[in-house]
Amino acid sequence: MAYSEKVMDHFANPRNVGEMKDFSGVGEVGNPKCGDIMRMYIKVEGDVITDVSFMTFGCGAAIATSSMATELIKGKPISEALKLTNKAVMEALDGLPPVKVHCSVLAEQAIKAAVSDYYKRIGVDPEPIVGAIPECEECGCSI
Amino acid sequence: MENARRSVYVDNAATTAVSEEVLEAMLPFYKEVYGNPSSLYELGQRAKAPLEEARATVAACLGARPNEIYFTSCGSESDNWAIKGAARAQRRKHGKDHVITSAFEHHAVLHTCQALEREGFTVTYLPVHEDGLVRVEELEAAITEKTALVTIMYANNEIGTIQPIPEIGAVCQKHGVLFHTDAVQAVGSVPIDVKAQNIDMLSLSGHKIHAPKGVGALYIRAGVFIDNFMDGGAQERGRRAGTENVAQIVGLATAVRRAVDTVDERVARLTPMREKLIDGLLKIERSRLNGSRERRLPGNVSFCFQGVEGESLLLLLDMHGISASSGSACTSGSLDPSHVLLAIGLPHEVAHGSLRISLGDYNTMEDVDYILEVLPQIIERLRKMSPLWDAIQTGKVNYDPYM
Repeated sequence: MAYSEKVMDHFANPRNVGEMKDFSGVGEVGNPKCGDIMRMYIKVEGDVITDVSFMTFGCGAAIATSSMATELIKGKPISEALKLTNKAVMEALDGLPPVKVHCSVLAEQAIKAAVSDYYKRIGVDPEPIVGAIPECEECGCSI
Repeated sequence: MENARRSVYVDNAATTAVSEEVLEAMLPFYKEVYGNPSSLYELGQRAKAPLEEARATVAACLGARPNEIYFTSCGSESDNWAIKGAARAQRRKHGKDHVITSAFEHHAVLHTCQALEREGFTVTYLPVHEDGLVRVEELEAAITEKTALVTIMYANNEIGTIQPIPEIGAVCQKHGVLFHTDAVQAVGSVPIDVKAQNIDMLSLSGHKIHAPKGVGALYIRAGVFIDNFMDGGAQERGRRAGTENVAQIVGLATAVRRAVDTVDERVARLTPMREKLIDGLLKIERSRLNGSRERRLPGNVSFCFQGVEGESLLLLLDMHGISASSGSACTSGSLDPSHVLLAIGLPHEVAHGSLRISLGDYNTMEDVDYILEVLPQIIERLRKMSPLWDAIQTGKVNYDPYM
């Protein structure tokens, strides 16, 4: 598996890793059967994601994309975090091997799931803001 | 975590280093004795003699005769030739078009059987039980009058379980069915005698036993009819054409001789290392040994750890200088867990957390101690960030019945 130096750095030294106790929203995507689950916690103040953390079960790319995604949305307004695409996460990591593209999709979805959860908790319907969270289309697993 | 303190290669089931002895044996055939063994003049004949000596050596190590040994380019070639060659010949001569294999064979066998299915053969994939073994009675029950060939591996490459080969050989002989075994992982770890064990064809590979990559052999019992692998010159009794890879064949024979002569020492040296590793790793909460503990290769330790994913485990081990594998190296690049672990009844969720440590001649008890020092910390580190481990601990999911 040829990972970029950035992927290996984020895998070996993941940023913002661990459980968050006083979160504003938490989202979990993925499936243990496929071999990766991402859980993303966000702390929201005003409209800004002031803190973020993740827990991931998965391969090196899954851990690295989670870590990079948290870096990319930390301190950003929710509206901006929702614009983060899996391509942007991949580019920030100097690319991923083709079979690992689905990990970056999971990272994008994990953020959306956490934001959705935040809106639900404050009594706002997330659907018009966040949109539907699509199923992972990149996943090549057999289920 | 600390950086690599030592280098521990424990992926000997994937490949091994060429030994000094093998390298020395090969070198003359690259420089001085470069003649073509088919040539009449002295330089050719000086290459021919060691080639035939190598054949006799490999034959003696397997309990075969020299004219029953064919050199190939690798274990996969041997498997392809044996299975396709014998099955096609059986169908042509006797109208038999059924092949029996097991669900957890190496891909060199499984994909070859699938290729035969596309040619119209019927293939039975025998189930493998939780202990990583096929049942001889189930095999016997699967044999029909249409059965051309049975192919069952001697020892599994991933979980190291040793199949009841002599018993399978006896059943096949009783029913007059050809029996091939992929013994790539078994040579040097299990005593093999093709006559006593009723084996009609046997594949072996050089690079698993300190010969170079790119050389293997196939034993074909005299009298077994099998299609040629490659048409051309008269090399390998006209069945596998192409100028012989003399240097590597000599290397292969040197390696086979060493591996077979030292089986007892190897088993005596590796077994306590394996047992210490197994005992140590079983202490890790929610871990399991894959396959029978007793009927396994002396160097194989295959585990699953709940809540942990195999690739990240390997990457962290690599950062500590430890080279191991998760499932079979051939399955990396696919996202599905190993077919071997699924075949012994594990769910995907558990199979994703697999680790194979395969010990070899160059490993020491210090290597084992180092692994036992490093691995539990790595598991703990990964579990700490694993939402699956969290779900396991809070009882949301339960895989303990598989442990």
